[in-house]
Amino acid sequence: MKAVSSRSAVRVLTLFCALLLTGCAATRENTRDEVPAMHTMDEFRDQHLAEVADPWETFNRSMYRFNYYFDKNVFLPVVSGYEFITPIFVQERISGIYNNLSEVRNFTNSLFQLKGAESVKTLGRFVTNSTIGLGGMFDPATSFGLQRRTEDFGQTLGYWGVDSGPYLVLPVFGPSSLRDTGGLAVDSAINYGIYTAVAPFENTGNSGAISVGIKTGEAIDTRHQQPFRYYESGYPFEYYMVRFLYHEKRKMDSGLPLAEAVSTQNQSGKQ
Amino acid sequence: MIFLKLLLGTCLILLPLQSVAADDDYGYPIPGSYEASILGTPAKLMPELPVQIPMRKLMLNVFPERKKPPIFFYDQGLLCMFAYQKQRAPLVFLIAGTGAGAQSAKQMAMMKALYQAGFHVVTLPSPTTANFIISASQNHVPGDLTEDASDLYRVMEAAWNEVKGDVEVSSFHLGGYSQGAIQAAFVAKLDEERRVFNFRNVLMINPPVSVYASAAKFEALLQQIPGGAKKQGVFFNQMLRKFSEFYRTGNFVAINDDFLYAIYTGHLFSDDETAGLIGLTYRINLAGLIFASDVMTNSGYVVPKNRVLTPTDSLSDYFLVSTHLSFFDYFDEYFYPFFQKRRPGLTKRELIEAQSLRSIEGYLKSSPKFGLMTNENDFILSAEDLDYLKQLFGARAKIYPRGGHLGNLEYRDNMAYLVNFFKKTGGSHEGSQL
Repeated sequence: MKAVSSRSAVRVLTLFCALLLTGCAATRENTRDEVPAMHTMDEFRDQHLAEVADPWETFNRSMYRFNYYFDKNVFLPVVSGYEFITPIFVQERISGIYNNLSEVRNFTNSLFQLKGAESVKTLGRFVTNSTIGLGGMFDPATSFGLQRRTEDFGQTLGYWGVDSGPYLVLPVFGPSSLRDTGGLAVDSAINYGIYTAVAPFENTGNSGAISVGIKTGEAIDTRHQQPFRYYESGYPFEYYMVRFLYHEKRKMDSGLPLAEAVSTQNQSGKQ
Repeated sequence: MIFLKLLLGTCLILLPLQSVAADDDYGYPIPGSYEASILGTPAKLMPELPVQIPMRKLMLNVFPERKKPPIFFYDQGLLCMFAYQKQRAPLVFLIAGTGAGAQSAKQMAMMKALYQAGFHVVTLPSPTTANFIISASQNHVPGDLTEDASDLYRVMEAAWNEVKGDVEVSSFHLGGYSQGAIQAAFVAKLDEERRVFNFRNVLMINPPVSVYASAAKFEALLQQIPGGAKKQGVFFNQMLRKFSEFYRTGNFVAINDDFLYAIYTGHLFSDDETAGLIGLTYRINLAGLIFASDVMTNSGYVVPKNRVLTPTDSLSDYFLVSTHLSFFDYFDEYFYPFFQKRRPGLTKRELIEAQSLRSIEGYLKSSPKFGLMTNENDFILSAEDLDYLKQLFGARAKIYPRGGHLGNLEYRDNMAYLVNFFKKTGGSHEGSQL
C-alpha cells in the first residue's frame, strides 16, 4: 500500500480482513446433490492454454477480488476526482514528471544488466528531459531518438536467470510474481536510498510531508495511467487471461540478450 | 477477444502505403482476408476522432428481481455506453459482434465518429457476452435470433428510459457489426410490431447470411491446425513461442507499432497459422458464452449440476473444457435440446434455418430502411452468400474489394460511409412523436 491517507488505510484494512474472513467462512449453500457434468477434463489430452504456475490460486483470487473492491471504493474515486479537477494538459505534464523520475530505476537496472548502450541512452533521456524537458513535463528525448526503455529489478533478476516463481497477486499493486515482488522491494529500497542521499527537500522543514505527498501523487498518477479495471471485460476467465498476459509480458521484457537468443535459436535448428 | 488481439496487435501498425497492390482506388492496404481481420486498420489511415467525448456508462438493471450466482458477484448490471449531444439530435444504437462488449475498440471508434457528426450514440454489448447472458438475457441461452432480438429490444427500451430525461432525440437509428448486424435486422423487424423506436434506418456491417454456416467457417479455421482443434493448446503455445522468440531476437524496445509491423512484413505467421489464431480467438469467446450460460441455467454441461461456485474457486478446468468444445458441440448438445424442450416438434434443420437472413428475406427485400456494408473477401461468407447479399440488397449494398472480416471498419472511407448513411436520413428530418 504505497500511499493512502491513514483513514483510507483503516478502511482498506477493514475491507481486507472482512474479505479474507468471508473467504474462509464461505460455505457452499449446497442443499442439492451434485450431478457430474456432461464434459470433463478426462476427455481432453492437450496442453493448457495460458498455463502459468499458480499454486496459490485461492489466495490470488481473493486478492484479485480485494483489488476490485479497493479500486471501486477507494482508489478509483480518488483517481476520478483527480481527473475531474485537473485539466488534461496538466495531467500529461504530471505523468511526464513521474515517468522521468522512474528513469532512475530504468538506469540503475540497465547498469545491473551490464547493458552499456542502453544505460547511456537512458541516462541521456533523463538528462535531456530533466533540463530541456523541464523536469520531465515534456519528452524531447524521444524525438532525438532516445526511446524509453523500462527496466526494473524483477527484470534484472530474470535477465540473470532467476525464474519468475509462482504467480502472485499483490494487494493494490496487482499481478506480480514471487521474483517481481522481491524486485519491487529492491527498487523501492534503492529509490529510498537515493532520495535520502540527495534529500531535495531537506531545508524546507517539511520534508516528511512533502515526500508523502509525492508518493501519494505517484500512486494516483500510476493508476491514472493504467486503464485496466478488474472484471471489466466481463469474461468469466479474465483471471487466467490477465495472469497469462502478465507472465508472458514479463518473460519477454526480461528476455535473454540478442546474441544468446540467436544462438539458442540456431541450436534448436529452426530455419 | 481483446486479449489475443493485444498479443497480435490490433490497429496500431504503420503500414507503408506502397503495399496497396490492387489497381482500384480503394486505399485500404492489407490484401489478405485473415491478416486484415486480425490487424485491422493502420492508425494513420483512420479518420481523426476526438480523444474524449461527453459520454457515460449505463449500468442497466433489466431484471431487477434476478439473483446472481456468487461466482458472478462483480456483475452489477448490463454495461452500455452513452454519448450525448447538448442539443436535439438523432440517436444511433450500435450492437457489438460476437464476444464484444459496449466498450470494444470498434464500438468506441464508431461512437466517436457518429458523435463527431452530431449524433447521440448508445453502444450495446453482444448478446453472446457473459455480461449479457447473466444480466439481460431472458433465458440465458444466446444464439436464437428471434429471442436475442427481443432481449436486445428490452435493453434498448431500458437504456432509453434511463436517458430520455436528459436528452432530446429527433429520430432513432440502428447499426451492428458481424453477429450484431444480423441481430440488428431481427431487432428492426420486431420494431415494426412494437413501434417504440420506429428506426429511421438500419446499417448492417459484415453480417453473416447464416449464423450456423459462418460459425462453421470459424470452426474450419481451427480444424486445419496440426492435430485439429483438440490440440489447440499445443498450437497456441507454439505460436506464442514464435512470437516471443521473434521479439527477443529482434531487440525491440517494446511490444509497439514497430514490433507489430515487423511481424507483418516478416511473415512470422503463415496464412494457416493466422487462420488458426482467428479460430482460437473464436473458441475463447465461445468458452465464455458456454460457461456463463451453463452456470446460469444449471444445466450440468461443463459445471456439475447443482454446484455453487464461489468467487475464489479455481475455474481452470472449466476453462480448458469449454475452449475444447466446438460450436457444433454447443449447438447439438446444449442449444438444440434447450429449444426442442420448449418447442416440441422443432427439428434441427428448422432451428438452423431460423438463424439466417433468408428466414426474413421478404422483409429485408421490401424495406427501404436497410443498408449493408461488407467486403468481397470476408471469410465468413461463401461466394454464394456474397451473391445472395448482392441480390437481396441491390443498390443498398456497399461492397468493398478487401478488408476481410471487419478489418477495414475503422478505415477512413468506411467510417465516412457509415456516418453518411445515418446522416442522410437522420440529419435533415425532424420527427418521431416523442
